[in-house]
Amino acid sequence: MSALYRLTATETRLFFREPIIVFFALGFPPLLLVIFGAIPAFREPDADLGGLRTIDLYVPIIVALSIAMFALNSLCQLLATYREKGVLRRMRTTPVKPAAMLGAQLLMSTAMSVVTMLVALAIGRLAFGVRLPRQVPAYLTSYVLAAVTMFAIGLLVAALAPSGKSAGAVGTVLFFPVVFFAGLWIPRDSMPGVLRTISDFTPLGAGVQSLQDATAGQWPQVLHVAVMLGWTIVAGGLAARYFRWE
Amino acid sequence: MAIIEVDGLVKRYGEHTAVDGVSFAVEQGEIFGILGPNGAGKTTTVECVEGLRVPDGGTARVCGIDPQRDTGELRHLLGAQLQASELPDKLTVGEAMELYSSFYRRPADWRALIDTLGLTGKLGTQFRRLSGGQKQRLSIALALVGDPKVAVLDELTTGLDPQARRDTWDLIEGVRDRGVTVLLVTHFMEEAERLCDRLAVIDAGRLVALDSPAGLVARVDDRQRIRFRPSAPLDHALLTALPEVASVERAGSQLVVTGTGNLLLAVTTVLARHQVVAADLRVEQTSLDDAFVALTGRPIDA
Repeated sequence: MSALYRLTATETRLFFREPIIVFFALGFPPLLLVIFGAIPAFREPDADLGGLRTIDLYVPIIVALSIAMFALNSLCQLLATYREKGVLRRMRTTPVKPAAMLGAQLLMSTAMSVVTMLVALAIGRLAFGVRLPRQVPAYLTSYVLAAVTMFAIGLLVAALAPSGKSAGAVGTVLFFPVVFFAGLWIPRDSMPGVLRTISDFTPLGAGVQSLQDATAGQWPQVLHVAVMLGWTIVAGGLAARYFRWE
Repeated sequence: MAIIEVDGLVKRYGEHTAVDGVSFAVEQGEIFGILGPNGAGKTTTVECVEGLRVPDGGTARVCGIDPQRDTGELRHLLGAQLQASELPDKLTVGEAMELYSSFYRRPADWRALIDTLGLTGKLGTQFRRLSGGQKQRLSIALALVGDPKVAVLDELTTGLDPQARRDTWDLIEGVRDRGVTVLLVTHFMEEAERLCDRLAVIDAGRLVALDSPAGLVARVDDRQRIRFRPSAPLDHALLTALPEVASVERAGSQLVVTGTGNLLLAVTTVLARHQVVAADLRVEQTSLDDAFVALTGRPIDA
């Protein structure tokens, strides 16, 4: 059996042995969506939002939130802890490349966050009548771009943080501005002009807008694709440059 | 042909030369020890053999392979147990074995290995719940799961209680009996003396001696010391007359006789002839500890 498959299966098993991480990564985003959907005002069409309801805007935000949770909470902390405890060092003495561990983590995080995305879309559709994406290829492209961008940032944190604990702390500090500009507190459509411009240049601001555009049936805007690619190249490049196995 | 060849190895960290021209060769089937105080350069030396560090000078070869050039092949031939490398807290023993055996081309039967190491009852136990000795045994199992020709064990028994340490020694002899050549890093004299066929003594990055434990001791000194309490007064001259005896001293009620060769037989023969019984008789031989002091000018744990 291939080492990458074994590693991914093992890491997934280990993930499910951490109930608190499982709750926050898998359960919390859909729960938040249900809570927002339970607010009657969020289910009223709003002329300021072009006839959309607040809950319509929140589905892509929740999808982005789940990506951020995986990238900035579980991924970076886990890799930094593995380095700190010598798990990666031990792996270096075997024929498997430590990079396979990275691959396994990314595969697992992607698979898990896709599940959360599907759950969020299903809840939105079934409970609150939120429209499913009209442009599925565009939606998936936007999703993958947003996920890759955030995972690159998570890896950069893991590369630079000296320990698992500090990686967790840095991840949490980054998490709040990232999800703020993704619109978790004020959806982008309700943001004042300056704030929305800043949001355009943040990884998940661009991500949420692209998901929203794809939901409405359009391909993401060049600006947002460029922003996500830019973050990926810069963060991913720095992570590759500074990542240490021990 | 030697299975591990280290020739003129040099490794520097900035200004500090951690390994300074170390050379040795390990024969197939040996337990070869690298002995020295903490910070002597033992770990750096084996890390060059393991391909984890790039030497600044000299060469290391394992089965003729250059660890830097053909790292992929080396990983299949050499199993390593490193200092301070843990596993994920909640990974079980069985999962760890299954995972690590999936990394190798021709893995050993991990269940048999776990059985040999006495961990069968712990297959479902998570890493964080294992005792220090069990973690070390798992570590040995992981180093052997690829069915390597060479196993490098670095400070394997540090932090273990005396019983667990002795159990681990038996295991290491078992590993050698499987045909695996063992490179053992240690700063425990007793461990080196008990286990190793040959020893490289390293101090401050330099190889100071290379011999069997007995050879090292003999090289330094073959002087012995006998202590006993004579049952009746004894004329010292009777003992000093013996060619084997170098000196006789009184220490309280005891006599301390120092000498060489077959000292014990010579002394007891004289005592018997004069009907003196030697109570609390004790023979003290030069130990590896003494040899180490003589070779490096200080005790190993100083």
